Amino acid sequence: MRTELTDLTVAEIRDGFRAGDFSAREVAEAFNANVAAAKALNAFIVETPEHALAAADQADKDKAAGTLKPLSGVPIGMKDLFCTNGVQTTAASHMLEGFKPTYESTVSQKLWDAGAGMLGKLNLDQFAMGSSNETSYFGNVISPWRSKNGGNAPLAPGGSSGGSSAAIAARLCPAATGTDTGGSIRQPAAFTGISGIKPTYGRCSRWGIIAFASSLDQAGPMARTVQDCAIMLENMAGFDARDSTSLDLAVPQWEAGLSADLKGKKVGIPREYRVDGLDADVARVWDDGIAWLKDAGAEIVEVSLPHSKYALPAYYIIAPAEASSNLARYDGVRYGLRDLPDGANLQDMYAATRAAGFGPEVKRRIIIGTYVLSAGFYDAYYTQAQKVRTLIARDFATAFESCDVILAPTAPSAAFALGDKTADPLAMYLNDVFAVPASLAGLPAMSVPGGLSKDGLPLGLQIIGPAFDEQSVLNAGLAIEQRAGFTARAEKWW
Amino acid sequence: MSVDLTTVKRVASLARLAVTEAEAEALVPELNGILDWVEQLGEVDVTGVEPMTAVIPNTLRLRDDVVTDGDVRDKVLANAPQAEHGFFAVPKVIE
Repeated sequence: MRTELTDLTVAEIRDGFRAGDFSAREVAEAFNANVAAAKALNAFIVETPEHALAAADQADKDKAAGTLKPLSGVPIGMKDLFCTNGVQTTAASHMLEGFKPTYESTVSQKLWDAGAGMLGKLNLDQFAMGSSNETSYFGNVISPWRSKNGGNAPLAPGGSSGGSSAAIAARLCPAATGTDTGGSIRQPAAFTGISGIKPTYGRCSRWGIIAFASSLDQAGPMARTVQDCAIMLENMAGFDARDSTSLDLAVPQWEAGLSADLKGKKVGIPREYRVDGLDADVARVWDDGIAWLKDAGAEIVEVSLPHSKYALPAYYIIAPAEASSNLARYDGVRYGLRDLPDGANLQDMYAATRAAGFGPEVKRRIIIGTYVLSAGFYDAYYTQAQKVRTLIARDFATAFESCDVILAPTAPSAAFALGDKTADPLAMYLNDVFAVPASLAGLPAMSVPGGLSKDGLPLGLQIIGPAFDEQSVLNAGLAIEQRAGFTARAEKWW
Repeated sequence: MSVDLTTVKRVASLARLAVTEAEAEALVPELNGILDWVEQLGEVDVTGVEPMTAVIPNTLRLRDDVVTDGDVRDKVLANAPQAEHGFFAVPKVIE
């Protein structure tokens, strides 16, 4: 009896399919069945079993014809922030319910071109605004994990890529796309015991990704291993003339470049991240990570990122400001919802449509963004925040003069219960305290599982690298992965 | 700086968001909580610091001035809440 196909990694599926151990159709059918049986997690907004099967049948044909592609035979999940031609794309909002794009996002197209199939569109926080997947119009995603100490209270899968993280952890897909504006790949990966990497800003095209905060938004992969993240990222990244901030650089062969030998490398430990009252489990796993990287041959050095404490407040000016501008497009005219009360004029229609189509968190951010950009306040808030952002980027540049990568926790705690932080927006925002600085600086950063909390919940370790050096980030991640021996998985209850 | 009910309503109107009286009232303390918290940015010395314009130094590219798209009217209109005669339709703007 062989291993369940749905327990295989992307690399194992790719290689096993090539070796003839199983057909692509068998793989797609196995994952389709897991997706169909996991409604309780609410990880998918739309299921697309036929897309996965069609790609699988094509892969089986390509194998016979000897024209295999890099991801032939691999079905994946697609965050519902990527426009998919003819398949509903909502950003988990009522505003875009029923919206069927007539075009394909660059990143998803690249994955299909590489032979991957789509299992479905994954739930997320509405317009990617949230850290717990509780702002989706289509309901909360429930983490497959349960606390040993919290009864069976449903836990947050993290956000905004919470459908992606839950689906991977529950073996509904071997890998998925995510997007990260202020931690939306890394924090959900940490909460669910998987890996995820946000590459350097500009590596993955933003074309066809529903915009949240354009100077921060960056797509990246989520999967169960570092190698799988490397494989996926190679097939997502690349120059795209349709994105003005796309990096015109060749895509490195990250998978081939993987090496857990860190001899001669320096790992920086930012002293400002060791905040007062740091969770004891988080501190313990961080110390474990330091020991593992030392064991892999790296030298550990202390570094300073003096403006760290200002990253989150700067983010909560910049991101809402950009969001208020980006989301101005939802006006009830060209696509999406229209709410036209009796006798309403055009202005009334705009206001009614946006009131009906956006959830409370989205409205809150639009209003904050509109306020900080409004006449008389622009310099005090927005310009000041962008200056602080310059200082945060400088902090990293200085730190990378004395180290190759930085090691830090991904999140300040393990997953919390759904509902725990919804009453206080600020408490929710603070969850991204360790993730946001790298976003503001546009740097590659990944989360890998580091261990379990005393309640048996996953904790992530974050590796941040200099711009363009995803390889060093992945390699340090691999060194941790090999030593952490993280084999824990959520016991099936769904 | 703190916001009051009038300000919240004005900003909501600028953002083209219809808010009920109750929603506006609930937003006042929430926004003040968030704004009080971001105020701490004011303590950072930014003398001589340029505001960030691009995280990765980048010059905007120019492309050849040729038509690369178009002739997709029906695709453009495909998701319109209301389209008539090949146009987006909106409530009457001019009386």
